[in-house]
Amino acid sequence: MIKTIKNGIITENPTFMQLLGMCPTLAVTTALSNGIGMGLSVTFVLTLSNVLISLLRKIIPQKIRIAAYVVIIATFVTIVDLVLKAYIPALSKSLGLFIPLIVVNCIILARAEAFASKNGVLKSAADGIGMGLGFTIALSIISAIREILGAGTILGHSVGITSPATIMLLPPGGFLTLGVLLGIINVIKNKKGER
Amino acid sequence: MPALIGIALTSIFVQNFVLVKFYGICPFLGVSKKLDTALGMGMAVTFVMTLASIMTWLCQKFILVPLNIEYMQTIAFIVIIAALVQFVEMFLQKSIPSLYSALGIYLPLITTNCAVLGVALLNVRTASVISSSTSYTLIETIINGFSAGVGFMLAIVLFAGVRERLESSKIPKALEGMPIALISASLLAMAFLGFQGMSF
Repeated sequence: MIKTIKNGIITENPTFMQLLGMCPTLAVTTALSNGIGMGLSVTFVLTLSNVLISLLRKIIPQKIRIAAYVVIIATFVTIVDLVLKAYIPALSKSLGLFIPLIVVNCIILARAEAFASKNGVLKSAADGIGMGLGFTIALSIISAIREILGAGTILGHSVGITSPATIMLLPPGGFLTLGVLLGIINVIKNKKGER
Repeated sequence: MPALIGIALTSIFVQNFVLVKFYGICPFLGVSKKLDTALGMGMAVTFVMTLASIMTWLCQKFILVPLNIEYMQTIAFIVIIAALVQFVEMFLQKSIPSLYSALGIYLPLITTNCAVLGVALLNVRTASVISSSTSYTLIETIINGFSAGVGFMLAIVLFAGVRERLESSKIPKALEGMPIALISASLLAMAFLGFQGMSF
């Protein structure tokens, strides 16, 4: 159980290791609060859809399984969308279209297909939580870097950078941050491999 | 008419779907290793995006709004897109086999391309510029869907060209593969940033 969660956070981290769900990873990570909000929304949808798909895995016919998964995922995404709109309208506004677009986030469909359709309910829930947290942590790291360098703030508080580079908040900064982070991870991986 | 050209230029350049708005990054990174596959993917996406824009707009206008169930938007749209992709695949296979063999393998991937759902949602959420309606009219929708697809094709083809060159260049070991691809995408996005000053 704990191993499954750890697997999602580190060994098979959906963002850094599997490169899944890139659109929200790059688009919403302009501020740490957005990154965390997006990460937790995905975690919620991922966990619940994993549980439901795991429960229904023997009932859903093989041929239409993808369509069934998509409808299940879309239902949970709609729930998140409406809840955010009602209770945290500021976050809902800054995430914009990327909340309904969680439906087509490949992480969720990939876990449904690769894990939840083959495993029991508890294991699938653990997998959903692990992958979701892995995604949240990755998004938090990227958005923290971009917010510090691009706006000179963290969660809205100033960190004392006098002339922040706005380009880090713009699209090129997103690609650049992720590229450099993946490079650093490669260095660490190579070091580990040598030992 | 100038308004329509404005919509088209905005979707292709100023608000490029991939490099400015970050829709459809997965195929952008995944299917851009070779120029011809990138072109195939771009054409398939343009085709599906245009059709999906029309279908989802009709669904919104004649089903969701009259029945007052706009909250079903996400579910309805994704089902329409999935069905549409399946239908296009079957249709092409039966009637235009040559086009099918060129685009066929990319079609199933398009269902989970967020650019398609993205453009469908944008069409019904952006205020019209040629009439006083709160969402795009059908003509604007078609133009927007098509040009968003063209913008996607432009970005993915440019990027594939860059990546083909990267294959033969010397790159630090840690940056090989995805990291250097992302850094080049960053430079490409910076170029598209130059269009930001223009507004139509």
